[in-house]
Amino acid sequence: MSTTTNCVPLPLASIPQLGYDDYAQAVAGALADGGTLLAVLADPSSTTGRHKLYAVVGGRNRMLSAFGTRVDNRFPSLTPILPQFHLFERELAEQLGVIPEGHPWLKPVRFHRLWHGETDVWGRDPRNHPLVGEMEYFAVTGDEIHEVGVGPVHAGVIEPGHFRFQCFGEQVLHLEISLGYQHRGIEPGLIEAPSMKTMARIETMAGDTTIGHGLAHCRLFEGLAGSEVSARAAAVRSVALELERLANHVGDIGALAGDVGFLPTASFCGRLRGDYLNMTARICGSRFGRGLTRPGGVLFDIDQEMADELLASLDQMTEHTRGAIDLFFNAPSVLGRLERTGRVRREDAVALGLTGVAGRACGLDCDVRRLYPLRSDKKQAVPEILGAQGDVFARALVRRREIEASLAQIKASLVALPSGKTMAPVGRPAADSLIVSLVEGWRGRIAHLGLTGRDGGLRRYKVVDPSFFNWSGLAMALRNEQISDFPLCNKSFNLSYCGFDL
Amino acid sequence: MLSHLLPHLILLLLLSPLLTGIITRTKAVIAGRRGAPLLQLYFDLAKLFRKGMVVSSTTTWVFRAGPVAGLVVPVLASLFIPFGGIRAPFSFNGDLVLFVYLFALARFFTVLAALDTGSSFEGMGAAREATFACLAEPTVFVIFIVLARVSGSLTLDAMLSSLQSHIGHPAAGVPLLLAAVCLFVVVLAENCRIPFDDPNTHLELTMIHEVMVLDHSGPDLALILYGAAMKFFVMGALLVSFFLPPQPTDIVTETTAFVGAMLLLAVAVGLVESAMARLRLIRVPQLLVGTSLLSCFALVLLLR
Repeated sequence: MSTTTNCVPLPLASIPQLGYDDYAQAVAGALADGGTLLAVLADPSSTTGRHKLYAVVGGRNRMLSAFGTRVDNRFPSLTPILPQFHLFERELAEQLGVIPEGHPWLKPVRFHRLWHGETDVWGRDPRNHPLVGEMEYFAVTGDEIHEVGVGPVHAGVIEPGHFRFQCFGEQVLHLEISLGYQHRGIEPGLIEAPSMKTMARIETMAGDTTIGHGLAHCRLFEGLAGSEVSARAAAVRSVALELERLANHVGDIGALAGDVGFLPTASFCGRLRGDYLNMTARICGSRFGRGLTRPGGVLFDIDQEMADELLASLDQMTEHTRGAIDLFFNAPSVLGRLERTGRVRREDAVALGLTGVAGRACGLDCDVRRLYPLRSDKKQAVPEILGAQGDVFARALVRRREIEASLAQIKASLVALPSGKTMAPVGRPAADSLIVSLVEGWRGRIAHLGLTGRDGGLRRYKVVDPSFFNWSGLAMALRNEQISDFPLCNKSFNLSYCGFDL
Repeated sequence: MLSHLLPHLILLLLLSPLLTGIITRTKAVIAGRRGAPLLQLYFDLAKLFRKGMVVSSTTTWVFRAGPVAGLVVPVLASLFIPFGGIRAPFSFNGDLVLFVYLFALARFFTVLAALDTGSSFEGMGAAREATFACLAEPTVFVIFIVLARVSGSLTLDAMLSSLQSHIGHPAAGVPLLLAAVCLFVVVLAENCRIPFDDPNTHLELTMIHEVMVLDHSGPDLALILYGAAMKFFVMGALLVSFFLPPQPTDIVTETTAFVGAMLLLAVAVGLVESAMARLRLIRVPQLLVGTSLLSCFALVLLLR
């Protein structure tokens, strides 16, 4: 094991290659010690025979630990003892054609072909692109069990995904979620040298998290080069990140209100979300913040006049936002609908590695800004915002409190914008290194990992969107729930389909 | 009595879509929006009647019968109740039983039409609709017993026309008010309004009534929408007759008062929908059983 911190490159040579059993034991130890599995990725240099694997675990005291091992085409699955591995192992199987033996539900994740080679683990015909959603679903049998399939085409304007419920009357026994409809091959597309396409790909990875993913990518490159952005650029980035959080959290609370049929908040929040998006547009011309972040800084500055303007409209919107949200949280019929709906137990949340709003609603302190701040981060007071029950109410409450925290933070940043340039040159990236860039996006922890080659070029780029972990949380939240509560639970997680599908 | 038929039908057929427009507009105004035009449902109906229809090949004639029953039943049922000064065109002893079971017939056909498609969503919706209807039925009957006891008559027309003179007396007034409250809840439940169902939702897993009609399109959908609007009008007329002015005046004043009261009812429904969220589906039966008990209490008060 060797350790590093957020956005600090770790020379690959310093990561000891353990035997598989030692590796399993070391990772299990780190996770038992309160660590979180951030990512598992294979080194692409080993295309045949033996594969080099790295597992990155976030631990205490800002420490990120990397564990390395080598596996053959078959290796014992860690999922039965460490459930956080379940999707990573399925992903490895799908990408490399290796078989994690003993994996309890070895199924495709995104339904794409092997990266190298022909016949995959499931023996699918490589000539036909594997059909998305073609796999064996869990089934509950019995006379009174019925199965309900929803999607991939939905009644609302949302992304495609297939949900299969096993129901006993109105009660859901099990929900299986099958995604992959929007798989675009983002990760392989990022391996080439950075080009005009790179940022466009990064910013559309999950359209509602443009700033979050953009920031993770920029910090990865800045970290590899060991260069720092100016204080002013960092401030603009933080304002944009918090505006993104505000727009989405406010929109989510409005959407929750819409789902329970509470119209006033649904309408007000829908409008306010637009207002927050427009503030981002005021800064960079794009409501989602496209084109704002670039390695080395930001492309758009906030001058004094704009800062005053933003502050003035923020003051007004704070009042409106509070009014709409208070209305929602003060209505007994709303609370009756939210409380004890869609509960995820804390143990399940830990086992699945839930992150972001969903994780904090279960009481897990998983805020990257608190756990893994950058070296350059000034001592920002990011408040600890935790829920307890893990139900829809807790997820709404975490959002409400984060909205308050974001408003305060944006105002603080805008009042005291540091002077300086907004762009600084980025140096040459470190060679033969592993780097982990973590950003707390509005949905949760965004992890971008890079492996560089001898010339400092990227050999592997790995993205872990918070949705990657949290979709499993949604499935758990539906256990023994009413099927009619699914839309509400789904909205309370509000996960990204394309962020998962990549 | 037949002379009442024409004005009765004109009132029902022309005015019922307006109530839906008023509910929608009320909700929009409370939410700070401008909202759809008051006449939107008329436009929608005109549009849908001109459209083609897609019918699944797995369905039978039952699928087509559902919307027709949904349209015909409210028209038939309306003939047994007075609209303010316009007395009921038909009336006989015990017509209240027919009134209730006409709506049950419409529901039977809607449920069958939903099951006919074989879709799992529509099956769920049909199961919910049947369950909730069973629970709402006792309330309606107990309310009718209260009305029959107060008015001393077994025809809907006589019962409803004489209510106004009784509601002022404390002995009959309190049970009647309780009955009115219960009836209001039943009107909301039967017409798929919040807090029971959300007529605007498009989330197939939570819907009750809307999910049953997902497969209907074009003119069939228009029949369903029109039928639903008329059902609300008829059930609303039942409730409104509790509160019409007591002294019989001329027919124009009475009809104007009736129409005004119907519009107020639509506003009231809009206000309820703006002020509260939908119930969890699992809580709906509890509320309906609660109203049954409340209506029984009204009966007890009356009989004591």
